[in-house]
Amino acid sequence: MNEIVKAFILIFSLDKELMGIIFLSLKVSGLALAAATVIGLPIGAFLGLKRFPLRRIIIIILNTFMGLPPVVVGLFLYLLLSRSGPLGFMGLLYSPSAMVIAQTILAFPIVTSLCHSAIVNINPIIKQASMTLGATSAQAAVTIIKEARYGIMSGIIAAFGRVMAEVGAILIVGGNIAGYTRVMTTTIALETDKGNFELALALGIILLTISLFINLFLHLIQQRGIIQANI
Amino acid sequence: MSLTLTVSDIWKSYKGIPVLKGCSFSFDAGATYAVMGANGSGKSTFLRICALIENPAKGEVHYFYNSSAVKNDIELRRRVTLVLPGIGIFNTTALSNVTYGLKIRGIKKSEAIKRASEALEFVGLFQKRNQNALTLSSGEAQRLGIARAVVIEPEILFLDEPTSSIDEKNTEIVEDIIFKMKQQRGTTIILTTHDNSQAERLAEKTLFIREGCFISR
Ligand SMILES: Nc1ncnc2c1ncn2[C@@H]1O[C@H](COP(=O)(O)OP(=O)(O)O)[C@@H](O)[C@H]1O
Ligand SMILES: [Mg+2]
Repeated sequence: MNEIVKAFILIFSLDKELMGIIFLSLKVSGLALAAATVIGLPIGAFLGLKRFPLRRIIIIILNTFMGLPPVVVGLFLYLLLSRSGPLGFMGLLYSPSAMVIAQTILAFPIVTSLCHSAIVNINPIIKQASMTLGATSAQAAVTIIKEARYGIMSGIIAAFGRVMAEVGAILIVGGNIAGYTRVMTTTIALETDKGNFELALALGIILLTISLFINLFLHLIQQRGIIQANI
Repeated sequence: MSLTLTVSDIWKSYKGIPVLKGCSFSFDAGATYAVMGANGSGKSTFLRICALIENPAKGEVHYFYNSSAVKNDIELRRRVTLVLPGIGIFNTTALSNVTYGLKIRGIKKSEAIKRASEALEFVGLFQKRNQNALTLSSGEAQRLGIARAVVIEPEILFLDEPTSSIDEKNTEIVEDIIFKMKQQRGTTIILTTHDNSQAERLAEKTLFIREGCFISR
């Protein structure tokens, strides 16, 4: 009980270490999400809008990668980035950059795959309607992507939820260095191990709160998207 | 001084099953035509091909302006429009649905809003301009579809079963709008319908599709 009280004291005193960890978590996950969106959105849109050979195979692979175990990503990235690895010369291992790369790899298939399904679920009549109104192929494509906006946003938020909660990959490539690569999930793992529950609990509470907000946001977006489905 | 359409020997099949088997016709400018035929006879297919959003397997769709052929490109496609039976409403306000055709033509926002507002007024939907268009009733949705088409001032307007899914009152409103398009703007109108008396009320000429061809009754 005592620990919970102390955890709340930590939170409400805006403890410097705690804030630093939260900030780094949001920064790493936010950057990863931005990178995954910048890469994944156009690919997802392309997969949803165009028909070409290998398309189905790519979608199946993406869907498989959506459930990729984070520790496996961590392991492969570790082998790539370790000093003797092919990308070792970049000196990225145990840095926030390595963590961003790891989380980008985890978020990318989610963003891409959910963006693809949001787009293929748009009724083909939307494309026809835009063509009858004088749209070029490119303008029709933009229209379809706009119609899929709620589904696309859901995908991006789902990916954010995943990377925020993830621990395996960033622990391996980030190394949990205090003040440098320690984020919420890795700190919880480490502090719990050491029996230092107040910081772990404080971070757990924050993580849950963030997750609550993510889901609330997701819910609101899906509510708005439902108008679409009712017709 | 106007755009005319000639289709010759149009063929189209879906999954090996022929739908249109050599349709030919010349549409005069300024007139209203009704295309009739059983469900599945190919009326919608014919309109999509005429409106240049689908290609025939064989045959030609030729547009002429003052009897010289007009090149089939995006510019030509933008001079005609088709209101689809399902409309295809965009998930946004009624107003944005109508400004769509103007924005993609590069018309600036203030001008687009002004013209779209007039088009909404024309179909009696101005009051609903800020409502999400997906929440409109089917009669209102049909009128919105017409407003989206009217706003781009098409020279030829194709309407695919414009009154099939709406009540009597909305049918009257839609027929009135069609009539005004013809009277006030001289738009060529080609519509499909299952209603004989509607065809008689609106059209100078009625075409019947049977077994993939136009037949005379
Ligand atoms: N995109 C399509 N894919 C497959 N079959 C189609 C498609 N469009 C139309 N058809 C078929 O072509 C035939 C004619 O359809 P349609 O032109 O819609 O007829 P109508 O409008 O006269 O009811 C129907 O049998 C329909 O199932
Ligand atoms: Mg039809």
